[in-house]
Amino acid sequence: MAVFQVVNRTTGDHFTCQEGQSVLKAMEQRDLKCVPVGCRGGGCGFCKIQVLEGHFECGKMSKRHAPPEAVEKGEVLACRIYPLTDLIIECVPLPEAAPAKQTTKNR
Amino acid sequence: MKKGVMRPGHVQIRVLDMDEAVKHYTDLLGMIETDRDDQGRVYLKAWTEVDKFSLVLREADEPGCDFMGFKVVDEAALNQLEKDLVDYGVGVEQIPAEELKDCGRRVRFTVPSGHAFELYADKKYTGKWGVSSVNPEAWPRGLQGMKAVRFDHCLFYGPELAAVYDIFVNVLGFHLAEQVLDPEGTRVAQFLTVSMKEHDVAFIHHEEKGKFHHASFYLDTWEAVLRAADLISMTDTSIDIGPTRHGLTHGQTIYFFDPSGNRNEVFCGGDYFYPDHKPVTWKTEELGKAIFYHDRVLNERFMTVLT
Ligand code: FES
Ligand SMILES: [Fe+2]
Repeated sequence: MAVFQVVNRTTGDHFTCQEGQSVLKAMEQRDLKCVPVGCRGGGCGFCKIQVLEGHFECGKMSKRHAPPEAVEKGEVLACRIYPLTDLIIECVPLPEAAPAKQTTKNR
Repeated sequence: MKKGVMRPGHVQIRVLDMDEAVKHYTDLLGMIETDRDDQGRVYLKAWTEVDKFSLVLREADEPGCDFMGFKVVDEAALNQLEKDLVDYGVGVEQIPAEELKDCGRRVRFTVPSGHAFELYADKKYTGKWGVSSVNPEAWPRGLQGMKAVRFDHCLFYGPELAAVYDIFVNVLGFHLAEQVLDPEGTRVAQFLTVSMKEHDVAFIHHEEKGKFHHASFYLDTWEAVLRAADLISMTDTSIDIGPTRHGLTHGQTIYFFDPSGNRNEVFCGGDYFYPDHKPVTWKTEELGKAIFYHDRVLNERFMTVLT
């Protein structure tokens, strides 16, 4: 089975990913935390990365978090991409996580 | 139940891949597929539920929750509740009978947190699955996976909790069973019940509207929750956290994700509620313990990973 190298340019971490394995799962197996882990199902957008170099296959991803235009440019969800070559990736800043702000009145 | 709203009746969840989703909810959760419709939606129920379905899956390009439905006692109550909603200024939409197969007309409305809810009075009564209604055996053979007992509640994330409270409590007759207050006394979480359960629906404050945190399914025992955890590992299903206990409601729980990233919970136990109970309050200073009673710290995922 083919094994590919994934390098995270933002953090300097690198790890191997087996053919057919998602980038996020490979990272988790190495106990690395260089990409945020959410639902692992392409639904929450938490694990968004930018692929700078390399080829990969995509599983189904939420259109809200990975619209086709973004996927074209390599902005994808790490839990739903499966490398076909070595990859160089970069972290994408998370959207402002909404803090529990006090806009709700108590009664 | 003072206004005739009886219980959670169904939830429609969007999934990215129908085959994977059906496998998850049947093989792993142990729900039973009861029908499909010409829109491609799949209908499921848990074995103790007497009506035809409680979970509807719809394939879409973005996961999340389309709506949650509550069953009301009868058509007269449905008419009155519809009128009360309109009088209160809540816009209602009429969904004709049979839009969901074997379900009567539904009254749909969206609350200020951005979530859609429905009321309905009729759905085909099919009885508990696999057991007779006369001299019934304790449980049916042939249940899969976690053997979910019933669809129990949903937790939604969104803004305007006070306005949502007004609709559920003042118009629909729910009670506030538990709440989380911040240091200024603002309610940032509300657990609402229309029954003896600790919650039939819950909301946590979040800036973005209409987010779905989880759909929850009831199990009988802590042993069953641990067995669910075993099955999550055996099937390499994406886990969130648990098995553990909540401070809020004191239920024993485990969270995991369906193949499209929608969060599921299975839980057992928890406190009970009567209408003379005053709300239980947790403070945000103790939020970690309120959510995860053993760890006493929140994992970031619980607050931010939503569909
Ligand atoms: S972890 Fe949720 S989309 Fe990847
Ligand atoms: Fe829950």
